[in-house]
Amino acid sequence: MLIELEVRHLLEIVDLSVSIGNKQVLKNFNLKIGQGETHALFGPNGTGKTTLLNVIAGIPRYTVEGGRIEFKGEDITHMSMDERARLGIGMAFQRPPAIRGLRLKDLIKIINPKADAREILKRMDFEAFAERDVNRGFSGGEVKRSEMVQLLAQQPDFVMLDEPDSGVDLENIKLIGEAINTLTQKDLRPSARTKSGIIITHFGHILEYMKADRAHVMLNGSIVCSGNPAEILGQIKKSGYEGCAACLCPA
Amino acid sequence: MPMSSIEEKARSAKEKKALYGTDVELQSYESEAKPQGKVENAEDLPSVVKKAALDVGVKLDAESSGAYVQMDQTPVVAKSLYEGVEIMDMASALKKYDGLQEYWWKLVAPDADKYTADVAASPPAGYFIRAKKGMKTVFPVKSCLYLGSTNLNQRVHNIIIAEEGSELHIITGCTTPAHVQRGLHIGVSEFFIEKDAKVSFTMVHSWGKEVEVRPRTGITIAEGGSLSNNYILLRPVKTLQTFPTATLAGRGAVASFNTVIYSTMGNIDVGSNVNLNAPDTSAESISRVVSVGGEVIARGRMTGRVAGARAHLECVGLLLSDKGRIYSIPELDGQSRDLDMSHEAAVGRISEEELEYLMSRGLTSEEATSVIVRGFLDVEIKGLPEELKQEIKNITQREDLKGA
Repeated sequence: MLIELEVRHLLEIVDLSVSIGNKQVLKNFNLKIGQGETHALFGPNGTGKTTLLNVIAGIPRYTVEGGRIEFKGEDITHMSMDERARLGIGMAFQRPPAIRGLRLKDLIKIINPKADAREILKRMDFEAFAERDVNRGFSGGEVKRSEMVQLLAQQPDFVMLDEPDSGVDLENIKLIGEAINTLTQKDLRPSARTKSGIIITHFGHILEYMKADRAHVMLNGSIVCSGNPAEILGQIKKSGYEGCAACLCPA
Repeated sequence: MPMSSIEEKARSAKEKKALYGTDVELQSYESEAKPQGKVENAEDLPSVVKKAALDVGVKLDAESSGAYVQMDQTPVVAKSLYEGVEIMDMASALKKYDGLQEYWWKLVAPDADKYTADVAASPPAGYFIRAKKGMKTVFPVKSCLYLGSTNLNQRVHNIIIAEEGSELHIITGCTTPAHVQRGLHIGVSEFFIEKDAKVSFTMVHSWGKEVEVRPRTGITIAEGGSLSNNYILLRPVKTLQTFPTATLAGRGAVASFNTVIYSTMGNIDVGSNVNLNAPDTSAESISRVVSVGGEVIARGRMTGRVAGARAHLECVGLLLSDKGRIYSIPELDGQSRDLDMSHEAAVGRISEEELEYLMSRGLTSEEATSVIVRGFLDVEIKGLPEELKQEIKNITQREDLKGA
């Protein structure tokens, strides 16, 4: 007897092509992320990693020329950003804007009136920033913690992290890694996890503090290689992105 | 100035149009007001007045150093609750102090334009507030100028004196109840800030859609004195024009003007004019304007006359509709070497990036716009007691301030 195992994908991207201006950034892009999975995304600058996250988030500057994005079984390709957020997609931006006159603690309450702002701020060692305008005058590392604070309030089902470790000192990388583990339910046994994530990281330091289940290498708008995160990162360090793809995933 | 000469000047300027703003036909308003009954305490005022005052940030039953309330042309309350502060209605003050020779019409000219002339030709009404030498108040003096009769020309003449080393905080709300459709408010104010005195003056306006407003303000600040002047207008008005002039007359005098405007209609022409006439003086003028309709002209003029003066102007506007206009006019006039004068002005729209950022957290486009607009209007004001800061915040953070 054949037992059909139902693989439940939280996010499924099918043949997605995206351009900005006249420039094509993603070409027939495919990716599936199952419930409870956290994926890491590697690749050189300008290869389309941030674009991918922005398109999933629904930032309107991009033109989807073909393909589709499904989330929780629903086609969200042309859904507005806020609808996607309410459906459970959250994002830590690489370089978020500052918002004058909006205090971080007020934003936490706006994002989620039930959130325990004090507890979240304490957890990210960020209490001193509660009364500050969001991201205004924050250092690179402080911006990353501000992003994590907001995501901990939002509690998305699918969290996207665009270089959450860049510009962050070692002590805070640990805090951020632990927060990502919480957001992706790494404290639960794998079969009980329902929340998923995707993380872009250049140097992979953060992977020492958080659990990623799978990794991909992106080149020129497509995934060229996928596999075990530690293995892929090791190969990239040894032979570069292209070398890694040629070695682990020869065409 | 002897009374006869004031009257003469007023007569000569009866038809004199103001430099800025649309021209108001004074004859189309009634100059006689029905007298109102006086009350002993601000708490005893009719609830409609108390409610209107609350809407402009003046809690008349809360702790204060004293209160002044004028309904139409009648001072109904003038009471000090603190011995360091003197509060009187203007007619009584003129009588008691022999015409206030040193102060009366010294900083605003009766013949400046037809509005000052009209006030000069009318029986005096307004407040006289004086902080005595060295006396420091923590609680603000609260004042409310209430225009309660349709078609009335309400004329007010105020004098504020902060004697040497004193500290004085005043919040004034000027308002009309909803049933008053049409009216005119002309307010002359003269501020004397003496040596090392510190004054904060916060004015919140809330008028009707057919109300015209012409404040005329003159300020002088002596050595070491400081003024923090805050002006907030968030409700519709037909026309409003004001250009308060401050003179920093003594070494180290400081003036700071903060203006917050949310415009939906009408013609609003506001600004400040500062003369830096003494060494080590500094002035700052910050205005934030949001327009979803109507025309706003935001002026700022700083004139530096001696070495070492510092001045900074900042006019930032958010234009959220094709029906609105924001015209920012910053002017710097340097007349000496070793000055430090600068300005920044920007008129634009809400940043897409900020909007998207908030939408990525689940806020709708409207909610995100409203949060950004309220943040934009939340000017950081220095030198105010905590309570006043909170009241200003409550006013500028109203839920109904949105995008177009």
